[in-house]
Amino acid sequence: MKKDTKEIILKGINASPGICIGKAYRVDREGVEVVEKYQIQAHDLPKEVNRFESAVKKSRDELLGILEKSPEELQHAHILETHLALLKDKMLYGRCIEMIKQENINAEWALKTVVSNLKDIFETMTDPYLKERSADVVQVADNIMRNLMGAEKVNIAAIKKRVILVAHDLTPAETSQINLERVKGFITDRGGKASHTGIIARSLEIPAVVGLKTATSTIHNDDLIIVDGNTGIVILHPTEDTLVQYEERKINYEEYKAVITREGKAPAESTDGVRLAVMGNIELPEEVFAVISYGGDGIGLYRTEFQYFNRNDFPGEDELFDKYKDVVEVMAPKPVTIRTLDINGDKAVNNRILSEEANPALGLRAIRYCLKKPQVFMDQLRAILRAAAFGNVRILFPMISTYFELCEANRMLDRAAESLEKDGLPYKRDIQIGAMIEVPSAVIMADVLAQKVDFFSIGTNDLIQYALAIDRGNEQVAHLFQPLDPAIIRMLKHVADVARENDIKVFMCGEMAGTPYHIPLLLGLGIDELSMNPQTIPDIKRVIRALNVADTRSFIKEVLTQTTARSAFKLIKATYGSILSEHVYSE
Amino acid sequence: MNSESALSREATIINELGLHARSAAKIAKLAQPATGSVWVAKGDQKADASSIVDILTLACEKGTRITIWIENKADLQILEDITKLVESGFGE
Repeated sequence: MKKDTKEIILKGINASPGICIGKAYRVDREGVEVVEKYQIQAHDLPKEVNRFESAVKKSRDELLGILEKSPEELQHAHILETHLALLKDKMLYGRCIEMIKQENINAEWALKTVVSNLKDIFETMTDPYLKERSADVVQVADNIMRNLMGAEKVNIAAIKKRVILVAHDLTPAETSQINLERVKGFITDRGGKASHTGIIARSLEIPAVVGLKTATSTIHNDDLIIVDGNTGIVILHPTEDTLVQYEERKINYEEYKAVITREGKAPAESTDGVRLAVMGNIELPEEVFAVISYGGDGIGLYRTEFQYFNRNDFPGEDELFDKYKDVVEVMAPKPVTIRTLDINGDKAVNNRILSEEANPALGLRAIRYCLKKPQVFMDQLRAILRAAAFGNVRILFPMISTYFELCEANRMLDRAAESLEKDGLPYKRDIQIGAMIEVPSAVIMADVLAQKVDFFSIGTNDLIQYALAIDRGNEQVAHLFQPLDPAIIRMLKHVADVARENDIKVFMCGEMAGTPYHIPLLLGLGIDELSMNPQTIPDIKRVIRALNVADTRSFIKEVLTQTTARSAFKLIKATYGSILSEHVYSE
Repeated sequence: MNSESALSREATIINELGLHARSAAKIAKLAQPATGSVWVAKGDQKADASSIVDILTLACEKGTRITIWIENKADLQILEDITKLVESGFGE
């Protein structure tokens, strides 16, 4: 076999830092090895068609089973019925059987070919909603594929050597099957920094490059590849020189990381002796370890949405409790700030029903949703109070836009405690309660909200979106999303001042808190605690150690005289540039 | 295509989310018992109305003008039903 040895460089998005060199191991969407193609003898064709039909029937039975168990949640049932109809669709079912017969090939290959043709058509669609809906077709096909491969299914858990996983995309269900000790790194065609693959890779501290687009079509099993998660580059068939160069970089990076991790453990104390808590944001319980290893002082934001995704029913109280307890126990006695559900749970759980609201950012989500669905909320509140018995828990209510919502949420919390008392389950009611400040109305009403909480947590991403009326996902206006806009700085100042006057704490957990350039400003405003992605903790701690809080307080006065985001940025750069320029990711 | 304009109808997709899987499924369900072929067309692209997948590939957003036609006169009632369904916004 002639081997193509030309070095190929692929550019993607750096989702998790680090460098690894090793053999590629391809994983298909279904979480199984790449589908094989083989010929079927003419006399075996009926058997092959039959095998396909049984797989479809099995998928059908599974769907009917779910449908039977589903409550009368209308939309959800509709989607399942659509999936049932899709199972027998001409263009899917009919085409596959045709292809098996005409080309004498195995059912898996026929299905894969038919679906990838359909995917190509869907990919070219411009309407984002319709494009997304094509996911229904893919999901149905995946289902058949799973049943088709049945016992032959090669579990990723069975990987024996240490490899670099190459996938189109990895879903949470797939990654949960992987024996992660066997994985050196991840590369995927799809996804961005915030993708699931990125989160997993960062929590495992292994490199990942995502959004490569062509990785799965270029890289074959056992190809030698270099993954540079710092710069977002993947090198296929590296030359001898490249290999030597990257071996060196890998060693340098690991040494550098060891230094950072050691420094990360030291407290963040300013030159004038003010100590700030630097916390980690997490989404998955596993990420706790990253927070600890990067020297986090606790969890400033535990996003709880994850357990609601990719399933047909709501997670039960016990299931939620188990996860929360894991995190709380590992972190104790350090605090864990659990934010209650921040999305529309119906949409998450029913998965394929994407937003039918014209304007979901302004729609039924977070606390609004929870107050409308008291049972879903109650299960979560009870789980949180139960977990609180095992460590230091704070609860955080998202998207508070009125005083009434906060009162209602507190009332629900009381009710959760009462019911736990009645059930005789261990719990702790005496925990700190916080409100997310991320809607402009909450900023204005901060003095009133302060009466009902122990702390504020400013969610800058949403606050900026709502205050400046900017959809960050919209390329036309994304550049106007400016954390340093004078309007935002004034809002932050107002919230911090109100918190101080009312003797409650003010935290920040948006991206702004994890950006070195913003730290002098945040210190000057008097933010008590910052929470960020775990891997940014050492860098932010380093910046805090170089600053003088008294100086930043007077610096704020000058910042407040600025009239544009640009001039505020220039001022920060002119004043603190020397401290901030020592960049952590020096390669 | 066929010249029998009596056997075709035009309609506009009025539901907010366009012709998505669930609404396509409703069309397919109506079209499947037809004795002859039933087609849905957008511009010069046409799709088999009895296939959800095929209808989806037309990518009809809200406001899209579509043509529905049948090849067999016996399916006239089906043609009317589908047209009504589309015009009612699929009852959404």
